[in-house]
Amino acid sequence: MAMRIVVSAAELLGAPRMVEIVSAHIDGCLHHGDGGVEFAERLVAGGGRVAVPTTLNVGALDLLHPDKIRANEHKRDMARRQMDAYVAMGASPTFTCAPYQVGHEPGVGEQVAWGESNAIAFVNSVLGARTERYGDFLDACCALTARAPLYGLHRTENRRATVVVDARAVPAGLASRDVFYPVLGTWLGLAVGQEIAAIEGLPPGVTRDQMKAMGAAAASTGAVALFHVVGVTPEAPTLEAATGGIEADRRIVLTAADLEGALRRLSTAADSDRVDAVAVGSPHFSIAEFEELRRVLGDRRVGIPFYVCTARETFRELEQKGHATPLIEAGVDIVVDTCVVVTPILPARGGVLMTNSGKFAHYGPSNTGYEVLYGSLEDCVDSAIAGRAVRNEAVWTW
Amino acid sequence: MDVVNGRTLIAGAAVGPLLRLTHPISFWGGVDPVTGRIVDPRHPQFGASIGGTVLAVPSAVGSSSSSAIMLELLREGSAPAAILMGKPDAILALGVVVGRELGYATIPVVEVSPSDLASFRDGAVIEVDAEGRVFERVGPE
Repeated sequence: MAMRIVVSAAELLGAPRMVEIVSAHIDGCLHHGDGGVEFAERLVAGGGRVAVPTTLNVGALDLLHPDKIRANEHKRDMARRQMDAYVAMGASPTFTCAPYQVGHEPGVGEQVAWGESNAIAFVNSVLGARTERYGDFLDACCALTARAPLYGLHRTENRRATVVVDARAVPAGLASRDVFYPVLGTWLGLAVGQEIAAIEGLPPGVTRDQMKAMGAAAASTGAVALFHVVGVTPEAPTLEAATGGIEADRRIVLTAADLEGALRRLSTAADSDRVDAVAVGSPHFSIAEFEELRRVLGDRRVGIPFYVCTARETFRELEQKGHATPLIEAGVDIVVDTCVVVTPILPARGGVLMTNSGKFAHYGPSNTGYEVLYGSLEDCVDSAIAGRAVRNEAVWTW
Repeated sequence: MDVVNGRTLIAGAAVGPLLRLTHPISFWGGVDPVTGRIVDPRHPQFGASIGGTVLAVPSAVGSSSSSAIMLELLREGSAPAAILMGKPDAILALGVVVGRELGYATIPVVEVSPSDLASFRDGAVIEVDAEGRVFERVGPE
């Protein structure tokens, strides 16, 4: 069945042949309904085993802290079966949307089949490995067959930038801040959709977490699977390298008004100071982000529900450093294996959710019923302590 | 009567009212997998039901979980009657391929050029035939 599905995909994409892959990331263990369980268990029943190193995306349960999820017995049972089925096929139980943070980093030019839109953007853009946008099911079928349709971003000629974004006018102070990147990503996804952009003018010190946050936001508002940052990402040492020396189809000069529009779009509850809960960690929090949270929090304690979503492996590392307990004692709720927009974790009463994640801000309203308010990590912590929205708007002065 | 010749991605025949997405949508987070309603409050067609429609999707966006939502829509009987795609996409059509493997009722998916997509009237009753021909149905159904 897996090979039949890969072949069907190749046909519908018009791929001439298959390419061998070296790793897969399966976005199929999240329960959306019982069809997904039926599919996975059908593969297990047929003796399906992954043929390449394979990581798993988030599921609908926190298997280390099962009580954090509000779900009925049937949903809990089916969600568990779906996660178990992929582990039974030999995939590694990473249960994270950021496998690249827990030791799974394909090299430049390597062919892979990854699902999960932020992971796709990261593996292509930041690591320079090659994947198409794989949806649920096809990623699993590629993992089982070690093959993917030779199509799209697997091919060198389809990876060059066709749009140039000139971000040179962005003030250096703003471009150095984490809070800038999800907003830039939100704008980018809306502005370029499926096109590949080369962004000029970002500082060479842009961090992996900043790129991760930007890619996740861009892949939420657009079908962005690859972007280049000139002087930063592996396929863009220069603008010429990013565009393959061919003139881009268009050039966009990023303006303050563009960013302001994207910033506004990320909040649906900006006109009140109400905040009922805070959630960060989409994509999953890295160790560096936990360190930053510890620094910002200091010896303060949050007064409203404050969720940090991360990988179980990152949580384990945090525990080993002795850094998990102090955070938990300060009122921080650490969620692993899943996150607050894919499964019911937030208090059922609803209200306003504050986040520093462009992806949470994008999907929050439809998936959780909460209104959303976007801000920096500092804003999120300050708001969680004050029990009302505290936002430093001055950083956006341009 | 204009007949548009599309490229069949998944063969089948269907008829239904045209629903043209005016803005790209991620099925995951954008469409309820049980009811088939558009649930993204930022989408201009928020609240519309895609079930039973001939859904015109000019371009794809967002989450790779959209194939899973497509599968659940087929399982629940809330799927569109057919999908016309402006650009082929490995995510949405895959849900239909998997549904076929699992024995769910399947739907045609046809690639139609954006200019041909634009030629159909909103709300027109559109027929898709097994050869990938897409045309407006005139007269009573």
